Amino acid sequence: MKTKFMCLTLATALALPALSQAKPVTLTTELSAYSGDGAYVALYLTDASGQYKRTLWIAGKKPKYYKHLADWARGSSLNKAEYDGMTGASVSSGKTLKVTVEVADALIDAGYQIHIDTAVEKKRDNRSEVVVPLTTDGAGKPTAGKGYVKAFTYSF
Amino acid sequence: MLRQLHSLPGLVAAVLVIVLALSGAFLSISPVQERLSATVPAAGQMSVADLAGKVATQYPLVEQIQRTPSGSIIVYFRDGDVSGVDLFDPVAGKSLSAYESPSIMRWVKNLHRSLLLDTEGRVATGTGAVLMVLLAITGALMLAARLGGWRKILGPVRGTLPQRLHGVLSRYVVLGLLLSATTGIYLSASTLELIPEALEAEPEFPVSGELAAPLPVDTLAALKAIDLNDLREMVYPYPGDPADNYSVRTNQGAGFVHASTGELLSYEANSTSRKIHEFIYMLHTGEGLWWLGLLLGLSALTVPVLAVTGIQIWWKRRRGLSKLTGNVAADTADTVILVGTEGNTTWGFARTLHDALTKAGHRVHTAPMNNLASGYPRAERLFILAATYGDGGPPASGNHFLAKLRKFDGVPQFRFTVLGFGDRQFPQFCQFALDVNAALIAKGWTAFCPLDMIDRQSPQEFARWGKNIGELIGTDLILEHNPERPHTTPLQLVERVEYAADTDTPTTVFRFTAARPETKAGILRALRRRHGLPYFEAGDLVGILPPGSHVPRFYSLASSSKEGMLEICVRKHTDGLCSGYLHNLKSGETIDAFIRPNPDFRPTTGKAPVILIGAGTGIGPLTGFIKHNTPNHPMYLYWGGRNPQSDFLYQSELNGYLDDKRLTELNTAFSRTDDGAYVQDRVSADAEELRQLIQAGAQILVCGGRDMAKSVREAIDAIIAPLDASVQALKAEGRYREDVY
Repeated sequence: MKTKFMCLTLATALALPALSQAKPVTLTTELSAYSGDGAYVALYLTDASGQYKRTLWIAGKKPKYYKHLADWARGSSLNKAEYDGMTGASVSSGKTLKVTVEVADALIDAGYQIHIDTAVEKKRDNRSEVVVPLTTDGAGKPTAGKGYVKAFTYSF
Repeated sequence: MLRQLHSLPGLVAAVLVIVLALSGAFLSISPVQERLSATVPAAGQMSVADLAGKVATQYPLVEQIQRTPSGSIIVYFRDGDVSGVDLFDPVAGKSLSAYESPSIMRWVKNLHRSLLLDTEGRVATGTGAVLMVLLAITGALMLAARLGGWRKILGPVRGTLPQRLHGVLSRYVVLGLLLSATTGIYLSASTLELIPEALEAEPEFPVSGELAAPLPVDTLAALKAIDLNDLREMVYPYPGDPADNYSVRTNQGAGFVHASTGELLSYEANSTSRKIHEFIYMLHTGEGLWWLGLLLGLSALTVPVLAVTGIQIWWKRRRGLSKLTGNVAADTADTVILVGTEGNTTWGFARTLHDALTKAGHRVHTAPMNNLASGYPRAERLFILAATYGDGGPPASGNHFLAKLRKFDGVPQFRFTVLGFGDRQFPQFCQFALDVNAALIAKGWTAFCPLDMIDRQSPQEFARWGKNIGELIGTDLILEHNPERPHTTPLQLVERVEYAADTDTPTTVFRFTAARPETKAGILRALRRRHGLPYFEAGDLVGILPPGSHVPRFYSLASSSKEGMLEICVRKHTDGLCSGYLHNLKSGETIDAFIRPNPDFRPTTGKAPVILIGAGTGIGPLTGFIKHNTPNHPMYLYWGGRNPQSDFLYQSELNGYLDDKRLTELNTAFSRTDDGAYVQDRVSADAEELRQLIQAGAQILVCGGRDMAKSVREAIDAIIAPLDASVQALKAEGRYREDVY
């Protein structure tokens, strides 16, 4: 299957004030070849105790399905301001989602974690199927999820 | 107008609507399958807590339980690093199998929803649903108009095979298709956000309570209070989050259940608009209402047939439209022809008249009746050729004529005549022509020739009328009209069986095969033309052109094309041009012939008894019907001949049919015997039996001469008078049909 890469660079309002203290992080999420329609994927940051911090990316265009990304939905309260401008198409089975976002340096190597929630129509919803600490050492090391995520990697 | 509103979207949307209908029909199987495999406890038998308890004994870590509208229970679980989904039997309390919605269903569903094209596709399918509604409504209106009103909507549909299939099928399925399409439009509009989306209840996450130890799931009070049949979905607390609650969604609303107190928290009921949305969704998908889904699916299956027959009907009408040559403007014409027609057959007659008058030096203007001008300054005469539509109503091209006529000022300088076209088997024969004629006379207009009528497009009657008209207007008018002549097939005589050969009016059964050797028969050709013969059934007509004549003679067929031969039964008339020609034919010689379908004259399908009545060569198509009665439905034959020794037509065949039960009863009458009798006498003698058969729903088919048919009508009328029935009423029901000549 042909892999489709989505490359997006964001310089969001959120990152602007601290632009000098932020760096781009590339998030690569490869899905396994499950049988089903395109997956909704939420990538977001929490603190060490799992408290929601900020949204990184939401794949999937219809907000009415966002509640299936349960942990992220709870953390963000599905507040539109939390994900505005950070959404794109859902990701089909076997395809790879690749996005680049600006992350403040203060959040790196500071105990923060990247979480991934996934959901597919008429299939299982996976909350926090990937949980990896955001550290300089962890960059480039793939992690497998418990659901549809075959491998997740972030790099600076 | 109605017709354009029907055929245009039909043509545009045919493929789209076929795809939607077939995929929809396929999807309709799914709720039935699910319902069949699900065990559903009666209401009040099992609570959600009971189910959760049973599930807990089977799975170490449950994440989620879902109940489909059909009642299947689906359990999402995790066992160490392995996650799985099982179908669960709530009554037996055990897992049935791993659950996976089949990928073919998913593919078909996406095809149905969006043609696999996402938003653009959803717009297209929504448009398809709108067109379907338009087709269903205009189609129903057309059918009602055609059958003579809504009260007759279930009456017999006449016409060619595609017309009958289209009419009969559509009235069974139109309600189903309307329901599918209107609910489909709603769902499309909802998905495309053209109307506000009615979302599910979304209760707030409750503020987490005290962190007491969680209770076993089957003891939680709120879960005990929910009947299993009301459950939609229950999501278990996240194992790593001690403050998490059960999230529960039911048919009525959604809320949370505290894991350690069993309390129901922040419950929110579904809004009314959501309830309406779910109801419409259920109507469309049949999820939770499997029998309706199945009915809608069956209705949808007919859509391809409706589309194909609809296009066939359209194409045939379209092909019939052809331009008039040398049509003069209305204000310079000395002769005006106005045409009222539903299809195009009457146009054909008008064209023949137009051409003949033009050839004779007249300046002729021909137009639809609805185009009646406010005056024709140079006109000397006006012809009105009018067919009748439905139950005595005006045809499409004449439906505004009477209204226009009312506004016509004064009495014109020209004179008129009306020629009606119709079918004597209908009760309101040429009614519209009669109405027009009466309206013109009431207006004070003068006729130059009284109203005349043509039965079943008879070219002979038309020619006779033309001769009459020609004498009246001082023009030698020869109207040779043959609407269906174009494609003749050469036929080779292979067999003849002669009766009464030594009299001067012998009768012969002729059997022909295709003269053209079959060349490179492709599959299509093999399907369409059996044995090189055009398609026909017993009861259809064959038109034969005797040498030196342009007017064909029609004979009723005693065989169908699938037999590989064409059979007719012909009596030789003294001075009969065509019958003489046929009787002089030798084996191996060929004739030119073409088929004219006569779809009304045929036994209806079904088990109702069939009474066949005929005299002389009228036996031909009747033997054909008997020959094909292999299901052995009750068939009674009454036949009249002259002399049992010389002209008992088909005697040996009929005896064979009696033996193998294709024919139930054979009643004959012979006129040239000592106690000579006619067929109507035999019919009257069996009054009691026939009355019972007709009461039991029997259909009567009569074939033969006009006088015989009239006598038989009178005999039957007398027989069924005690039933408060009449031949006229039976005809209206399609249960009395005649093929007379």
